[in-house]
Amino acid sequence: MEKKKMSKTTRSNLITYGLVIACYLIVQGMIAGDMMSNLMQGLLVPLCVYVILAVSLNLTVGILGELSLGHAGFMCVGAFTSAAFSKATMESIESAGLRFFLALLIGAVCAGIFGFLIGIPVLRLKGDYLAIVTLAFGEIIKNIVNVLYVGVDSNGIHFSTKDMMALGMEPGGKVIISGAMGITGTPKASTFTIGIILILVTLFIVLNLVHSRDGRAIMAIRDNRIAAESIGINVTKYKLKAFAISAGLAGVAGVLYAHNLSTLTALPKNFGYNMSIMILVFVVLGGIGNIRGSMIAAVVLTLLPELLRGLNDYRMLLYAIVLIVMMLLNWSPKAIELRERYSLKRIFGRGKKEKEA
Amino acid sequence: MSFLSYLISGISLGSVYAIIALGYTMVYGIAKMLNFAHGDVIMVGGFVTFTCVSGMGLPPVVAVLLAVIVCTALGMVIEGVAYRPLRNAASPLAVLITAIGVSYLLQNLALLIYGANTKSFTSVIKVPALKLAGGALVITGETLVTICSGILIMICLTLFIKKTKTGQAMLAVSEDKGAAQLMGINVNRTISITFAIGSALAAIAGVLLCSAYPSLTPYTGAMPGIKAFVAAVFGGIGSIPGAFIGGIFLGILEIFGKAYISSQMADAIVFAVLIVVLVVKPTGILGKNIQEKV
Repeated sequence: MEKKKMSKTTRSNLITYGLVIACYLIVQGMIAGDMMSNLMQGLLVPLCVYVILAVSLNLTVGILGELSLGHAGFMCVGAFTSAAFSKATMESIESAGLRFFLALLIGAVCAGIFGFLIGIPVLRLKGDYLAIVTLAFGEIIKNIVNVLYVGVDSNGIHFSTKDMMALGMEPGGKVIISGAMGITGTPKASTFTIGIILILVTLFIVLNLVHSRDGRAIMAIRDNRIAAESIGINVTKYKLKAFAISAGLAGVAGVLYAHNLSTLTALPKNFGYNMSIMILVFVVLGGIGNIRGSMIAAVVLTLLPELLRGLNDYRMLLYAIVLIVMMLLNWSPKAIELRERYSLKRIFGRGKKEKEA
Repeated sequence: MSFLSYLISGISLGSVYAIIALGYTMVYGIAKMLNFAHGDVIMVGGFVTFTCVSGMGLPPVVAVLLAVIVCTALGMVIEGVAYRPLRNAASPLAVLITAIGVSYLLQNLALLIYGANTKSFTSVIKVPALKLAGGALVITGETLVTICSGILIMICLTLFIKKTKTGQAMLAVSEDKGAAQLMGINVNRTISITFAIGSALAAIAGVLLCSAYPSLTPYTGAMPGIKAFVAAVFGGIGSIPGAFIGGIFLGILEIFGKAYISSQMADAIVFAVLIVVLVVKPTGILGKNIQEKV
């Protein structure tokens, strides 16, 4: 097998997986030993959501090298399609597990398709333009979801952007999405165990992609697009691939998120620009391109304000400062020069680690 | 008549966007970076004016002047502290992410100082409304002042760039930083001045925006900032008349979208325009075509 040859990579991957599993075991132990407050237990599923989002955004920012500010938009697509599906099939599919699995697939695929469709025009752009267009896209999604009404009756599915009356449904029909009120009564199927499994699946997909031939092509495009093109790498194809996978994984996070709440609404707080920024902070703090780092950053930055209650008011401020300081320290040519001058060894050690992850 | 009044309020909103977009386009043209925090400087301008007028009871003229001074200083500080160290960074994403961080920082500082509640902003413009067609068409003083200041600022800015030495230096820096430096232009100072002008314009835009739409929150600036960027892209980024045309167009589009299509979808329409423009003609209507070099 090829894996034996790349033992360093394999070891690094195994550490990443092991870390997740160890966390799971510790948390389960703490729950069994009654050492965890209800508040903390309620935080477990959102934590999984953030970890998945951070890993998937890192695929776009770190591996593909493009800044997406619309990640919350893809999450929103995944959340709403899957929640609508779960609600619509509440009676027809009896097994909750099967229903969740199908909802998961639908959410991920829909978000992936959106990522693909958005990616076609958007990935022709670069840097700043791409960032602003993805941001615009996220806002559009949020706006549309807020005016969308969907209902199901014996005639099929009805859509409207006006109000519930305009759906024109038969008396026995069921309203699934009611505009700004969102979706109510989604089955609460997300558990910490499912979250951890989804994190492992996400990691599996992303890590395997990164270390595959496709992943190397994607990173070649990131490092030098023109050089990559000149050796015959199909830039559009690989960019789209990475972007669609990243969007699909954000959709998975959305599914998990949606099935953790009984009422799902598209507010600026959960699917807006701020959410996209928050995920970006995880990625930046954990190290751009470092999958394991972004997972750890997501966990630390979510737990820290909860553990230190007094910090909660300053959480957003903290995020902002983290973002600026991390960027200045890591990317400013002067800071890099200083670091290299004063601690040559540490830099080399770190450089190696970054390549592995 | 309602069409005309929509058109006028569209032009008024568009003038605000145009003033913001002028700041964006200058900074983008010269520093080659998207200043995400530009929209939040608008908010800072609004809050400074609010504090001066409602909190300290200063006359509006002094308040506006103070807002302009504070924002100018803020712009220069932001540039010096957060953007300058990253100007030659290996990844173009670095400065963009920092800019997002600065934007976030300003928003949350305002949130900590003023709280999340909406502040009602008392208009600082004391110009009587203009009544046309026997009172059927009313143009408010705010609208008049906004449109006039938009046009005035554009003319001044064009003259400044064409006629003054600093303006010419800005053009040179935007063309080629290295060559400009060789010709004895202080690139850092020029970029700093650009940020100062951009932020001063943002302060004025903030006052005008809050006078026309008198509610002020820490997030007031974010949306207009992004829309103004859309306007700058639409007009062709780096082009001053382009930013103005783009701003007016976008303002009209937004008001018409709100009035005739759906009030909730207006933002979506504006952003859809951005996507279409970027896909069809990424350089905008007045932008220059820049060949990518290896």
